[in-house]
Amino acid sequence: MIGDSFLGSTFIALLAGVPLTLQLVVLSVTAGAVLAYGLATMRVSGKLSLDLLARAYVFVFRGTPLLVQIFAIYYGLGQFPSVRHSVLWPWLRQPYWCAILALALNTGAYASEIIRGGLLSVPAGQIEAAMACGMSRFTRYRRVILPLAIRQMLPAYSNEVIVMVKSTALASTITMMEVTGIAAKLISASYRPIEIFACAGALYLAVNFVVGRLFAAMEFALSSERRAAPSLPGPVVRS
Amino acid sequence: MNLKAVAIAVVMAASIPVAASADQQVVRIATEGAYAPWSFSAPNGKLDGFEIDLAKVLCERMKVKCEVVPQNWDGIIPALVAKKYDAIMSALSVTPKRKETIAFSTPYAAAVNTFAVLADGDLKALPGSGEAYSLDTEQDAAKARIADMAKVLQGKVVGVQGSTTAATFVETYLKGAVQVHEYRTTEEHDFDLMNGRLDAVLANATVLTAALEKSDMKDAKLAGPLFSGGVFGVIAVGLRKEDTGLKQQFDDAIASALKDGTVKELSLKWFKLDVGPRG
Amino acid sequence: MPYVELMGFGPNGWGFDMLAATAMTVAVAACGFLIGIGLGLVGAAAGLSRFPLLQALADGYTTVLRGVPELLVIYLFYFGTSSVITSVASAFGARGFVGAPTFLTGALAIGLVSGTYQMQVFRGAWLALSAGEIEAGRAIGMPRLLLLRRIILPQAARFALPGVGNVWQLVLKESALISVTGLVELMRQAQIGSGSTRQPFSFYLTAGALYLLVTFVSGAAFRHAERRSVRGVARVS
Repeated sequence: MIGDSFLGSTFIALLAGVPLTLQLVVLSVTAGAVLAYGLATMRVSGKLSLDLLARAYVFVFRGTPLLVQIFAIYYGLGQFPSVRHSVLWPWLRQPYWCAILALALNTGAYASEIIRGGLLSVPAGQIEAAMACGMSRFTRYRRVILPLAIRQMLPAYSNEVIVMVKSTALASTITMMEVTGIAAKLISASYRPIEIFACAGALYLAVNFVVGRLFAAMEFALSSERRAAPSLPGPVVRS
Repeated sequence: MNLKAVAIAVVMAASIPVAASADQQVVRIATEGAYAPWSFSAPNGKLDGFEIDLAKVLCERMKVKCEVVPQNWDGIIPALVAKKYDAIMSALSVTPKRKETIAFSTPYAAAVNTFAVLADGDLKALPGSGEAYSLDTEQDAAKARIADMAKVLQGKVVGVQGSTTAATFVETYLKGAVQVHEYRTTEEHDFDLMNGRLDAVLANATVLTAALEKSDMKDAKLAGPLFSGGVFGVIAVGLRKEDTGLKQQFDDAIASALKDGTVKELSLKWFKLDVGPRG
Repeated sequence: MPYVELMGFGPNGWGFDMLAATAMTVAVAACGFLIGIGLGLVGAAAGLSRFPLLQALADGYTTVLRGVPELLVIYLFYFGTSSVITSVASAFGARGFVGAPTFLTGALAIGLVSGTYQMQVFRGAWLALSAGEIEAGRAIGMPRLLLLRRIILPQAARFALPGVGNVWQLVLKESALISVTGLVELMRQAQIGSGSTRQPFSFYLTAGALYLLVTFVSGAAFRHAERRSVRGVARVS
């Protein structure tokens, strides 16, 4: 039975952490993307105050380690009575939401640069043409800018999501039992680090592989001109 | 030729210290260093505590030279196996799981665990406070009491240090009733108890008592019964399985220290009570 | 305790400890960085070589170490290296424990991971080299060492510099993960301080500020080096 061998039982134990890892990734990447979009628009808005604010945020969150950010939010914020009595406490009290908050703030900074790059890569001519056609701002974004920008930033964004999958491992430092947390506990109890590392590593590789495939599929879906055009069967040519 | 002579001289000079130190056996002992009053870092950085004093006594009796080194709890057994040091004296309980990997000396102390809660929190009236149960001899009474406690603890968040007998206790008796958070050090779970993230912590009673004396933990108190025996068991020196000679030396030294009351004396000094092994 | 006193250099201040820990952070990051450069060079050479086996090894190295969390790699080295090193050493006849201090295990772990990024940087730098100049050098009979010294390295270094600077920033931040091994670098010192004084926010804020300072200064140094490296290079703009 697969559960009998050490590797087998390790694998099954680690598998229990995968749902939590996935939840952390999905929630933090989604929240981070919203934040990143806001920051990116602030930076391309042309208003100096917004630009500087966004740049300061990105500088701080890209210049400090994620681990420091996690501890500052989890233990640091928990130090203040004002936080403990605020409406946010039911959320901040739980390591789950603290982890997601820290991860989202972090990915928001990195992703904002990616989104900004995507927005700036849209050829000015296309935007002008859209404006000349009388498209409203909303329609312009929906029909021209966003499709092009998203397609441009997908490769870089897929890298960022893979980094986030690995970053969820840091949630184990604040008591969360995702894959790395369970792996550390197993190593501490059974003293066979290499096998456990191999199993945990394999799980992360598998998740990252799926993420890579997902993004490749998204790129393909958005690149209609690179796919073969549908064609009718032509006349059979005999020579 | 000159270079060769110099090289030979250097190698010979380097081998002399090795030969000289082969006289007296050096035993390196690891301790957590963050588990007052068993072991902790004094302000000047030196290790101090019950384990350190006891180690000095034992090494004197074993006629060996001792070196006490600090080691994070989660790596303490793997590093012993990897021969980073030769023994563990860090309130290490004897458990069947640990016996699979390492050997233990004869016990020199017994572990007693209890809960700590906020004095005005939800669990301030945890049943069983002031009582003591031995999980060896009073299993049924203890289990009944734990069942009472489980009703009050339902849905609460309990913190423990990871890879400890406290973690095993909660997993064994309170599974499903409470949410368990495992921390790397007792300090971390004390922190979260005081900021309200945890409703209770379960840890060694002597360690909790010492922690409660700190000013920032004045709003906490001990609660629930004192549990001993069973999963908590006895505390002994951790050794590698193949070091049978060293085990014999430790066994003899511990037996003599217990017999003449030295262990009790040190225990009273550090814990104000006798944590010696019963029976 | 007010912040200034807490982080100051007085009797109760943690200023000295935090600065010493920052120095330790830079030291362990620098060691890991150098190890990473070494591994990156070897990996790039393997990836660009003619032999499929070497290419596959380089590919495998990148895939595995980029796809696995750095924290897991550090745990592996923290829990595992000692036994690996000891068994290797005992094969050579050494007795007892062959120490692998936490500094070394931390630097090795970081070096291993950053090596994958360096590999990409060096590979890119190599591929960007101007083939024409190298041919010309060979044509006039330049010995290989001279070719390397006068033509290849200056160009490759110039191309690699921005990427290498990026990897340094990465390594600096990754060094915070070594705190789990107990090495007293900046993150661990902040944990010790916050545990001792129960003022975690001040400590993590200060740690963050110190990381930012080091990041900023090293970033400026790299930008300066980049600007110097393109002196005299004709730009087509």
